Amino acid sequence: MEQMDLSLVDWSRAQFALTAMYHWIFVPLTLGLAFLIAIMETFYVKTGDEFWKKTTKFWMTLFGINFAIGVATGIILEFEFGTNWSNYSWFVGDIFGAPLAIEGIMAFFMESTFIAIMFFGWNKVSKKAHLAASWLTAIGANLSALWILVANAWMQYPTGMRFNPDTARNEMENFWDVLFSPVAINKFLHTVTSGYVTAAVFVLGVSSWYLLKKRETLLAKRSIVIASVFGLLSSLFLVMTGDSSAKQVAEKQPMKLAAMEGLYDGTTNAGLVALGVLNPQKEAGDKRPAFLFKVEIPSALSILSFGSSSAYVPGINDILKGGYMYTNTDGKSEIAKPTAARISDGKKAIAAFGSYQTAAKAGNRTEASQHLGVLNDNFKSFGYGYLTHPKDIIPNVPLTFYSFHIMVTLGFFFIALFVASLFFAFNDMLTKHRWFLWISLLSIPLVYLAGQTGWIVAEVGRQPWVIQDIMPSVAAVSRIDTSSVMVTFMLFVLIFTMLLIAEIGIMLKQIKKGPEGEH
Amino acid sequence: MEDKQRKTVLHKVFQFYYEGFKRMRLGRTLWAIILIKLFIMFAILRVFFFPNFLKKNFDSDKERSEYVIEQLTTPKK
Repeated sequence: MEQMDLSLVDWSRAQFALTAMYHWIFVPLTLGLAFLIAIMETFYVKTGDEFWKKTTKFWMTLFGINFAIGVATGIILEFEFGTNWSNYSWFVGDIFGAPLAIEGIMAFFMESTFIAIMFFGWNKVSKKAHLAASWLTAIGANLSALWILVANAWMQYPTGMRFNPDTARNEMENFWDVLFSPVAINKFLHTVTSGYVTAAVFVLGVSSWYLLKKRETLLAKRSIVIASVFGLLSSLFLVMTGDSSAKQVAEKQPMKLAAMEGLYDGTTNAGLVALGVLNPQKEAGDKRPAFLFKVEIPSALSILSFGSSSAYVPGINDILKGGYMYTNTDGKSEIAKPTAARISDGKKAIAAFGSYQTAAKAGNRTEASQHLGVLNDNFKSFGYGYLTHPKDIIPNVPLTFYSFHIMVTLGFFFIALFVASLFFAFNDMLTKHRWFLWISLLSIPLVYLAGQTGWIVAEVGRQPWVIQDIMPSVAAVSRIDTSSVMVTFMLFVLIFTMLLIAEIGIMLKQIKKGPEGEH
Repeated sequence: MEDKQRKTVLHKVFQFYYEGFKRMRLGRTLWAIILIKLFIMFAILRVFFFPNFLKKNFDSDKERSEYVIEQLTTPKK
């Protein structure tokens, strides 16, 4: 394992990242637009005004285009688990199996059935039944997302499982611990809410284009109001869940937090970098400044991470060296171990795991039990045993730092955007401020950038781990030819590009046709 | 009687989908994209490029588990 070809790991990671990022182009709009459509249809059912029916059907068509191009792109991720990440798939099989099976069944039955009623059911089922189908499509899509996010949260904070040394699989001990882990709840809420903001900005941007073209004025103005209220409420909730996420990261993934903030040397009263340029020469352990330039909010990082300005936030160097006090996942204060010591513990765990197998096969129960004890005692550091150097636990700092700051900046920008659009809408000033309409339109790519950078923070920031502290990517990957991964990577670039061009092309054509176009 | 009722319900469901698909305009393009995509995914990618590594190379869960244990416990040269 230590001699593993690193290019295989890198290509496998690149392929998975490409697929996941492509999948995430479609998912957020589906999650949010489904609710916006349901809200608009509720106005139709309540008022009986045909205008709302026409508006609902228009946005439903765009929802359908996005859904059709995006549907099943997530399945490729499951293919990749089985082919490229077989050690990992085996290791987590039982934990992942249940949530993914539920996700598959729910997605198929709930979304497929209710989406069919949404699109085919106009004038065939009652207004209320149709409205119910629209709401259930939205709820179903969001519940589907729940299960995959629960699985992802488990990788960030493994809980509710027991490692079976006879099969090398993690077995679920408590389904509810996995489902209701604080990381899972927060990840679900933060992620789906980001989808709501995506959809709100999409509706705002498309509607602004109509106002710029002096078309569909009523549809555009009313859609802007609904999208802005929905977007503003979602954005405020997003800030709350983002804050909770940061606190969880500080507690459970301190290295990720240090990378997010470019923090090399820990301190109390740690400041939050509002704006900064990292020093590209900076390496862990050296004396160079971490930033070429930065603007800091004093003590904000300590307060946001641990609720107190006097709280100590460890930096990258501190996590490598250990020796600082922290609260462990059981809620007890303890001194952090140096990473080198954790690597040593991990190697002990791996050696004990191997010795346990030998003793168990030889029928030597006493010896097997002793090795099992060593394995269990050191299992929390199991994954460290595959690393060769303490610095291996440092993720890509610039990518994590800039992604985090782009995501947060855009998040606050969208709040300002929704507030401004509501101000202009309620004062009937939207059409007078074309600059604002242009900003709204150009915000559509920005909201996708925010979503993608959010996932980069979550996933790049936790490298080298596929399962936090338990399994690094180098141990998770299948031993297959690097060239085959490179070929499929290129193939995906081609397929995904074609599909994306198709989506954007069909979407733009339909937007140009407007609500009177074919459905 | 129950059988007849069931047939009527099934017929209605069939008609619902049949009429829905028949009346589609933009939806036909979208369905074409979905079907081409699913064909590429399952008939090409899955079959030729993404076999399940452990299922393809090993016959039983015991063999699979032994392989993964060996992978996790033995450094490769």
